[in-house]
Amino acid sequence: MRKILEENEVKEIWEKVCREIAREIPSTNIAVVGIRTRGAYLGGRLRKFLVERYQREIPLGILDITLYRDDLTQIAEQPVLRSTEIPFDVTGKKIVLVDDVIYTGRTVRAALDELIDFGRPAFIKLAVLIDRGGRELPIQPDFVGKFLEVEPEEWVEVKLKEVDGEEGAYIMRKR
Amino acid sequence: MKWERKHLLTLQELNPEEIELILDTASSFLEVLQRPIRKVPTLRGKTVVNLFFEPSTRTRISFELAEKRLSIDTVNFTPGSSSVLKGETLLDTVKNIESMKIDAVVIRHSSPGIPHFLAKNISASVINAGDGAHEHPTQGLLDIFTIREKKKRIKGLRVTIVGDIRFSRVARSNIWGLTKLGAEVRLVSPPTLFPPYIEKLGVKCFYSLEEGIKDADVIMALRLQRERQNESYIPSIREYRKFYGITLDRLKWAKEDVIIMHPGPINRGIELDPEVADSPYSVILEQVTNGVAVRMAILYLLLGGES
Repeated sequence: MRKILEENEVKEIWEKVCREIAREIPSTNIAVVGIRTRGAYLGGRLRKFLVERYQREIPLGILDITLYRDDLTQIAEQPVLRSTEIPFDVTGKKIVLVDDVIYTGRTVRAALDELIDFGRPAFIKLAVLIDRGGRELPIQPDFVGKFLEVEPEEWVEVKLKEVDGEEGAYIMRKR
Repeated sequence: MKWERKHLLTLQELNPEEIELILDTASSFLEVLQRPIRKVPTLRGKTVVNLFFEPSTRTRISFELAEKRLSIDTVNFTPGSSSVLKGETLLDTVKNIESMKIDAVVIRHSSPGIPHFLAKNISASVINAGDGAHEHPTQGLLDIFTIREKKKRIKGLRVTIVGDIRFSRVARSNIWGLTKLGAEVRLVSPPTLFPPYIEKLGVKCFYSLEEGIKDADVIMALRLQRERQNESYIPSIREYRKFYGITLDRLKWAKEDVIIMHPGPINRGIELDPEVADSPYSVILEQVTNGVAVRMAILYLLLGGES
């Protein structure tokens, strides 16, 4: 296990992404949706940034993609189901979908399918803290904090204060 | 907490952590039922057969909806239009259905133990939807879920079950589940409708409604099974109502924020007065809504992982 991002780096990189999003997406009808677990917290930080920038309410949603996974009948035990909270009408919204790390793209595929079952957004853009490559589906993020070269047998893990009590990113060997 | 069971046969066999896992999972499914599209692709490709050898409205429709909301393919079986009439045994019927490649069987039967018998003899998952007077685990779970939604806890609550305990599989499943989670369970019934040795399950028994529902947080009324009237367990329905009917007036014996539950179908004016069933105390229709979410949770846990 080796640390690749320090606490202040995670903060700086995500703020850079937030500024980029504010520059590119006009403020009307914008909404943030984070993918559980750590995407939800990064989404919360993005929402806070945008609220301060635009001085208006911006809705935040949280997705648990478990029910839309494509491997549910292949994994040995089913993951614990947590709640999805989309407390606003997604139809017509400009949605920024947030996750901590993008790898195969399968999580994002599930999130897109789930989100679209809630309505018809104006568009969905994808923002991630880390793109580690290794895509298995044709899905690419619109906003990336940091690109990493990571071996297939390695795994990127992001830690956030809100859930882990510490902040940073690590590369570890897959089990 | 890891789910390892293949079947859901009773609440007696579940440990508190397993019950909590089902309830937590059901909370997430309750949210799914409020979405614009109340359906998720989770269990696409799975097939479930609903075998109801006894009449049922709520449970059968609830299971079927839960299955459809999870994208399961469903088949319904009713004995009246099947080869059961030609003398086929239960096991032969089920083995034949199983040969058509199914993943689970939901079974309701008048004989206690039938779901266990099937679980031992077939390779599909078995879900007990009520076996005689034995257990009705999904009803027990949806009742406990409803109590937890309303009271935000189970531990330390006083839950009084009133009525025909002897023939009630709903009562038995609730007793097992509620006592495991630390509730105080009280039973109120005429002496003839108490099954022998029921106190051994850790409950308190009362013949007096007033004593039994004193300071209750939850009152669960059971259906008086009128089809048993000619078996002389009670002198008359009028007498039963006089002593054990839940009326608005009698609710003052319970806690101010008591909730009233009933597994349905209700005999209005016998075990429950219409004014009580339709009062703000009543959570009877919420029980029905929650039933779909709880059954989705059970199907997800039993059929979700690798087969």
